[in-house]
Amino acid sequence: MIRAENLTKRYRRREGEVLALDDVSLEVVKGEFVSVVGPSGCGKSTLLLTLGCLIRPSEGAVWLDERSVYDLAHEEAAALRLKTIGFVFQTFNLVPYLTALENVQLPLYLSGVSPTEQRERANQVLDKVGLGDRLHHKPAELSVGQQQRVALARTLANNPRLILADEPTGNLDPALADEMVGELEELNRQGVTVVMVTHDPRIAARAQRQLRLSEGRMVQT
Amino acid sequence: MTTFRLVLKELRERKSQLITSFLAIALGITVIVAVRTMSHFSEKAVAQELDNLGANVLILPKGATVSNYYTADFGEYVMPESYVDDVTTSRLKGVDNLSPKLTEAISLSGQRIYLTGILPKNEFKSKPAWQTADGIFARPEGCGTVVPGSLAKVLGGSAQGGSSTSATRQTVVQELGGAEVLAGSDIAGRFGLKVGSTLPIKGETFTVKSVLPSTGTVDDTRVFAHLHTVQRLFRRGRVVNAIEMIGCCKEISKGLIDGLNRLLPEAKVVTIKQIAQTQLATNTMMERFSVIFLVIILLVGAVSIANYMFANVYERRREIGTLLALGATRRTISGIFLIKSMLLGVAGGVAGYALGSVLAVALGPRIAGVPVLPLPSLAGWAVLLAVVVAVLASALPVSKAARLDPAEILREG
Repeated sequence: MIRAENLTKRYRRREGEVLALDDVSLEVVKGEFVSVVGPSGCGKSTLLLTLGCLIRPSEGAVWLDERSVYDLAHEEAAALRLKTIGFVFQTFNLVPYLTALENVQLPLYLSGVSPTEQRERANQVLDKVGLGDRLHHKPAELSVGQQQRVALARTLANNPRLILADEPTGNLDPALADEMVGELEELNRQGVTVVMVTHDPRIAARAQRQLRLSEGRMVQT
Repeated sequence: MTTFRLVLKELRERKSQLITSFLAIALGITVIVAVRTMSHFSEKAVAQELDNLGANVLILPKGATVSNYYTADFGEYVMPESYVDDVTTSRLKGVDNLSPKLTEAISLSGQRIYLTGILPKNEFKSKPAWQTADGIFARPEGCGTVVPGSLAKVLGGSAQGGSSTSATRQTVVQELGGAEVLAGSDIAGRFGLKVGSTLPIKGETFTVKSVLPSTGTVDDTRVFAHLHTVQRLFRRGRVVNAIEMIGCCKEISKGLIDGLNRLLPEAKVVTIKQIAQTQLATNTMMERFSVIFLVIILLVGAVSIANYMFANVYERRREIGTLLALGATRRTISGIFLIKSMLLGVAGGVAGYALGSVLAVALGPRIAGVPVLPLPSLAGWAVLLAVVVAVLASALPVSKAARLDPAEILREG
């Protein structure tokens, strides 16, 4: 499904160069649930965003379904994110002035789906994550758990085949965190490939395979 | 969800931040619309006033001087009436009005007064060679305000510009019969002349067709008759001793005088410099003032919008990052911000036009001293201008939004 080869990412900072990824290679096959663990600042998020066509690596390549994603034109990479990849963020990143329904409509709107169909599909997905009665609430009017589920519904709206989750339980209490990972497991059972970045070993252990990142390098576990 | 709806939702949610830049562009347009509306009517009024100053170009017989003209004492200085044909049929630009005159001194009840022969407008129309004569009564672009056809409604007291009507205008009358005269206001007062009074001149009896309003010029002390009547009475043949012209002020500086000199080498072409220059200076000053004012006002509005848009892009960078992660293209992001700035421009333009028109109507009489009405033709321009300014001012912030690095934003966590 997705393959990273010798990824190196250097950031230029005022205080000098920072090596975020150092010759990282990995392969995740279709239908796998992989977690990447490591302490804060070890390069986990950079790795995830690089896999999601959002950070061009300084060296190396990312292959998604045998396509080298950083050789794609900007529009093609955007289309890939839109149709194939779904991101789950730690901070949910819901648009504050839009309702739950409208937030879930966003990826559908970007895909060019008609407004009526957007509403129907967003409604269904929100129903699926148990928020059928919160359609017209804005993020600020929802609990943290509900916000995370709206974010998940938005991720699922376009039926992605690959989910890249960046600390999906970072802002949740243990019960909600379990619930969230449960949702990811369920999606994985339905055939969605999941790559989850977390610093919580308990959560990481729920994946089929764990990868450990330390100071930008992949450590075999 | 559509881009437009997304923009509207954001606008509705963050009204308070929007208000300053909306006000900046709306007030900018308000001032421009108010100034343009008032200056339109005040320019019209100024042009009217300038018209009332009278002719600014004189064609005199060679040898005659301007003082001959002002004292109406030409002695034997005359030139052929056919000069009027020459000017009318020439293709000289900027000839606005033409009034040939022949002035003779007469004695009325023992007092010396002047009888001036003038050519009514119907004479211009009656000659095939002057079929284009209407053209010379039509105002050239940007030169005064008098509507063609209403130039000579002096008779019956419906003069343009009320009582201080131009001497030249007065003498371009629609019709004047062979036995009719027009009496200057002083003469009328002195001899008790009214419409219908009779006047003996050179053994013939003339009826007063109209008493002209007071002009404060030498015209007040004249009696006007048909040019050909005066020529006949004084056995002058087809001659005149002055042709008064209103040359369009811009054209005067662009070769109208040279053209007249070439056309009539035997005559003397005199510009009433002061009059011409006043007209020119007033118009130029107004144009310049308007342009400078407009640019400054628009810059202020543009800076405010740019400032707001930069702040808006910064505030929404997480949203932009999220949209990019979801699969938005940079074009979509630009579109969202551009539509927003266009909406801002449309709203600012409409509000500015409405407010500016109200302001102009309310303040016009006090500031410009003229009655002012809204100018509907400015509405489209106001909106267009506001949209162009808003979009240009947003260009930099929008391109910044489209170039944001989603990874940079999303890693801020």
